[in-house]
Amino acid sequence: MALADVCGFKLNEDFGNDYSFGTLPTVNDALKASLNFTVPAGVNLQSDVYSAFNDDSNNVKIHFEHGTTTLAFKYQNGVIVAVDSRATMGPSIESQNVKKVIEINPYLLGTMAGGAADCMFWERVLARQCRIYELRNKERISVAAASKLLANIVYDYKGMGLSMGTMIIGWDKKGPGLYYVDSDGDRLSNYVFSAGSGSVYAYGVIDSGYKWDLSDQEAYELGKRGIYHATHRDAYSGGIVSLYHMKQTGWEKISMTDVTDLHYQYAAEKEKARK
Amino acid sequence: MECLIGIQGKDFVLVATDTVSARSVVAMKDDHDKMYKLSDSLLMAVCGEAGDSIQFSEYIAKNVQLYKMKNGYELSTHAAANFTRRNMAESLRSPRSHLVNLLIAGYDNEQGPSLYFLDYLASLNKLPFAIHGYGSLFALSIMDKYYQKDLDFDGAKDLLMKCINEIQKRFIVNLGKFRLRIVDKNGIQDKGTIAPQPIIAA
Repeated sequence: MALADVCGFKLNEDFGNDYSFGTLPTVNDALKASLNFTVPAGVNLQSDVYSAFNDDSNNVKIHFEHGTTTLAFKYQNGVIVAVDSRATMGPSIESQNVKKVIEINPYLLGTMAGGAADCMFWERVLARQCRIYELRNKERISVAAASKLLANIVYDYKGMGLSMGTMIIGWDKKGPGLYYVDSDGDRLSNYVFSAGSGSVYAYGVIDSGYKWDLSDQEAYELGKRGIYHATHRDAYSGGIVSLYHMKQTGWEKISMTDVTDLHYQYAAEKEKARK
Repeated sequence: MECLIGIQGKDFVLVATDTVSARSVVAMKDDHDKMYKLSDSLLMAVCGEAGDSIQFSEYIAKNVQLYKMKNGYELSTHAAANFTRRNMAESLRSPRSHLVNLLIAGYDNEQGPSLYFLDYLASLNKLPFAIHGYGSLFALSIMDKYYQKDLDFDGAKDLLMKCINEIQKRFIVNLGKFRLRIVDKNGIQDKGTIAPQPIIAA
């Protein structure tokens, strides 16, 4: 809608409205609809969604993709973001190749924990809002504002079944920015965050090795370590560690490392150190 | 698990809140600020449902400021507390209510210092001292025993320390540091953070 208007595009000119008979809704339609989701009449979304999730007598069973480890921390040279790549549904591993860092724009990253679709969709909506902000204000959106946009959106849907625990990482006029936003509507800023089922394990490793004046290499290593140890203990995390570095010049992708390789590498290092 | 404490003194109100921000079993932040400035001499401490606590208090804060812009004068503490209560009572009867507990502390020229206690069921009480959260189980009796009218700042801070130390000693959850602020005729003043000093059993 707004972005299209700014760019001068006309969408679906032939049909007049976006959901005309015979046309399939597109991603574009969904993005437009996200500004004002409509709810069927006579339905109480909050209580119905709650019973769909929690009521045993209800035949509707919704199981989202769950289980993740994501982490991010600030240090002297910016922000490190590290995530695993496993997607699970209940007891089965559905994928080992999920991209859990969402590249919102060259200066903003989002991470994915909880519902994969929720994170992917709403962070895409966020990406659009950030772009509109840029076009309207001729400057990049701050990390604080971007994370607040997302927090306000998910707060509007509170109690309707959204599930996301995401970190918004960026660089703006104030320097490096790191916010945690979740589907409860919470939004926090801090130096270290971790989200997902493996977060407790990642916190242990990060907190014990963290200091502000880490070198780049030390910081990368700490990020990888955090995810590796979480994948080792948390059955719902695993696959590949993706590592990003947020700098003044925008984000850079540093590495993708299989946790199995890390496992043997760390085991060998430990053995070597003992001798 | 959160804890908000308010004590009214002779010519000020002391407000203290814990600084932990917890998600399930994880403490995600240990320097969280749970107080919101409503106006120059109105301070609100908030705890409760994640999300609601931020959204509701920002809504109240902005509306208190809007009232000042519209009318050229500020809401009294009493009026602000009742405005907040009414908003909460209305939201309580809507499909999705704001589940937050509040302390509203203020100073105005008519009433002097005053402290209001507002819980998530929108019951409002004006009290000389008040505590929200599990901390109240341990500390209310201390307040009952040691509270006096017309406390000066040091007296109020001593009383507060008694409460915080007892909470630290008996409550299973570590609430970390407490952030202190006072509201008096000069407005809102930061009094830093204090860490509980464990009571050593004799």
